[in-house]
Amino acid sequence: MKYVDEYRDPLKVKALLGEIGRSVTRPWVLMEICGGQTHAFLHNGLDEMLPKEIELVHGPGCPVCVTPLEQIDRALAIASRPEVIFTSYGDMLRVPGSKVDLFSVRANGGDVRVVYSPLEAIKLADANPDKEVVFFAIGFETTAPPNAMAVLQAKQRGIKNFSVLVSHVCVPPAMDAILGSKTNRVQAFLAAGHVCAVMGYHEYPRIAQQYKVPIVVTGFEPVDLLLGVLAAVKQLESGKAEVANAYERAVTFEGNQPAQKVMNTVFQPVDRKWRGIGMILMSGLGLRPEFEAHDAEKKFSVGEIVTQESPLCIAGEILQGMKKPPQCSAFGQQCTPSSPLGAPMVSGEGACAAYYRYHRVEE
Amino acid sequence: MTDDFDFEGYTCPVPIQPRDTVVLGHGSGGKLSHDLIDRLFLPELGKAAPRALDDAAVVTLNGQRMALTTDSHVVSPLFFPGGDIGKLAICGTVNDLAMVGAKPYALTCGFVVEEGLSFEILQRVVQSMRDAAAEAGVFIAAGDTKVVQKGGADKLFINTSGIGLVDAGVDISGENAKVGDVVIVSGTLGDHGIAVMSAREDLGFTTDLQSDVAPLNHLVRAMMDAGEIHVLRDPTRGGLATTLNEIAKQSNVVIELQETKLPVKPQVHAACEMLGFDPLYVANEGKLIAFVKAEDADKVLSAMKQVNYGKDAVVIGKVTESGKSQVRLKTAIGGTRLVDMLPGEMLPRSC
Repeated sequence: MKYVDEYRDPLKVKALLGEIGRSVTRPWVLMEICGGQTHAFLHNGLDEMLPKEIELVHGPGCPVCVTPLEQIDRALAIASRPEVIFTSYGDMLRVPGSKVDLFSVRANGGDVRVVYSPLEAIKLADANPDKEVVFFAIGFETTAPPNAMAVLQAKQRGIKNFSVLVSHVCVPPAMDAILGSKTNRVQAFLAAGHVCAVMGYHEYPRIAQQYKVPIVVTGFEPVDLLLGVLAAVKQLESGKAEVANAYERAVTFEGNQPAQKVMNTVFQPVDRKWRGIGMILMSGLGLRPEFEAHDAEKKFSVGEIVTQESPLCIAGEILQGMKKPPQCSAFGQQCTPSSPLGAPMVSGEGACAAYYRYHRVEE
Repeated sequence: MTDDFDFEGYTCPVPIQPRDTVVLGHGSGGKLSHDLIDRLFLPELGKAAPRALDDAAVVTLNGQRMALTTDSHVVSPLFFPGGDIGKLAICGTVNDLAMVGAKPYALTCGFVVEEGLSFEILQRVVQSMRDAAAEAGVFIAAGDTKVVQKGGADKLFINTSGIGLVDAGVDISGENAKVGDVVIVSGTLGDHGIAVMSAREDLGFTTDLQSDVAPLNHLVRAMMDAGEIHVLRDPTRGGLATTLNEIAKQSNVVIELQETKLPVKPQVHAACEMLGFDPLYVANEGKLIAFVKAEDADKVLSAMKQVNYGKDAVVIGKVTESGKSQVRLKTAIGGTRLVDMLPGEMLPRSC
């Protein structure tokens, strides 16, 4: 397939692995921010083909994984209401709340539907004027623009029975949080290419300078990933800490400005809890006051639901790259994709799910 | 702008297991389905079924070996590119019989109809069943109809059961995979699942892709005449990955696949890239996987290519060791990874 096969070319992969091998002289710890990149490394068996000096730790860039438990409990409370059609991206359905998940709500009669785009939820609201249609707006700067567009359309067209439960998060504050932590091990970042396709990488020079870390905008195919690793390793070996773009076919410095404009029209920065990490100041996006009529949290008065989690899972340490999934005693035992203990085991982008699916070869 | 976080403070949600209600994932053909079978159906109902996990059971009645199976069909929409629920109902049961090496003989069909379904639709479904049965060379021996009130079912459900004859000496089962066996797939993967999805979901893409739904009994006959077949299985729900994991478990062997050999149509590949699916987990309705004695692989493969439904057959891997059950994949770029079962429902990713 065009635009894919050339980035999965075994010969190019081999050449890049050779070049990385010749460039590296000592151990380095790299974090790929995005869960999609984690999966791509493991799906292709690429992590094990890298020189042993390079350790990959897996970042918090999985939207499903970092959505806080109380927000999921709020979703469950809303989805259980008889007047509600609750819509969500598919992989949120399996995430456990404190008692049940959206699958169970659906099995007990709740109207829970998977949509591919929030604009489908708008159509549903149009077609079902006697119902309240709620969309679970999760994710990073990648999903924020289409979700913002849906809210904007609903307001402009006066669709009163459409609302969103917002749990958006932003990448740069998480990078600050990881780098500012006393236990940080990360020496360079492979920045999330899809997030950068929207946001550009103008937010990164400050971070690279402040913490003295190389940041390389990186794509998702094997050749893209290795180009990112190579650029990061070359900087590390030569003592540089700059921002570089190894995903030029999709990412510009400024990013997608119309998308950013829609996002900024509808959302504003807010403090946000990250599942497994905790509160990070101004790390999330919430609806601006003028869109309050479409705020499901207010419409259904679920803001009071506050949930504590129980102490079994090390998802927090995994999301910050402090531990690898197999270091968790529950991994593959009590915690599997069909009965996840923690969110990283749930999502198509979660690090634990990636290890479980692709990485138990040497048992 | 950020707090330094306190790792001790982080906790994890309580597991939701065991579930106290049935969820859609229990019908996905993946891990949840197996859990349901292992925990409830086999202990209560399966004591007399030694090979209950094969596609069909082989029983001996008055000296005659017979294969017996049943399958219920619930698909939305009822008509999709390349097929419909009627063709699916006939082919599903014919194929299950063929997968134990039986010659399918007769089928029964049970209809559960939601009131309000038009006669025109029902007639089209029944005519499609007639045509599929004729192609497979089976006849419908008995039937049953139930009508439920509006909302009691989604338009139309069809159950088919079937019997077939098994020749003396034929022993094809998921338990029979042996080290050295060559793994062959009869054609491209994921056509059915993506064709149905393109007709069902409001995904904003169109495709000329057709479901592969087809009766495979004639193909199986040609294969059995050509060489020694150890295992046959049609990779329906859960796709190739789930089916191979079942076989690996039943035979306690390691199966190694070559990613570059896996046949996937460009349309399926593109749709999967877009939707966040893996073709290894997408359903097929007219494909089979065969584990063939290594020496006979070439003969079986060329026999398959002579038959319409096997013309794209290819070798995709082999059985490398016994004593543990695992499915591995040599990736296109030279890495190795594990291939697991589908956990529950196939869910698209967020971004």
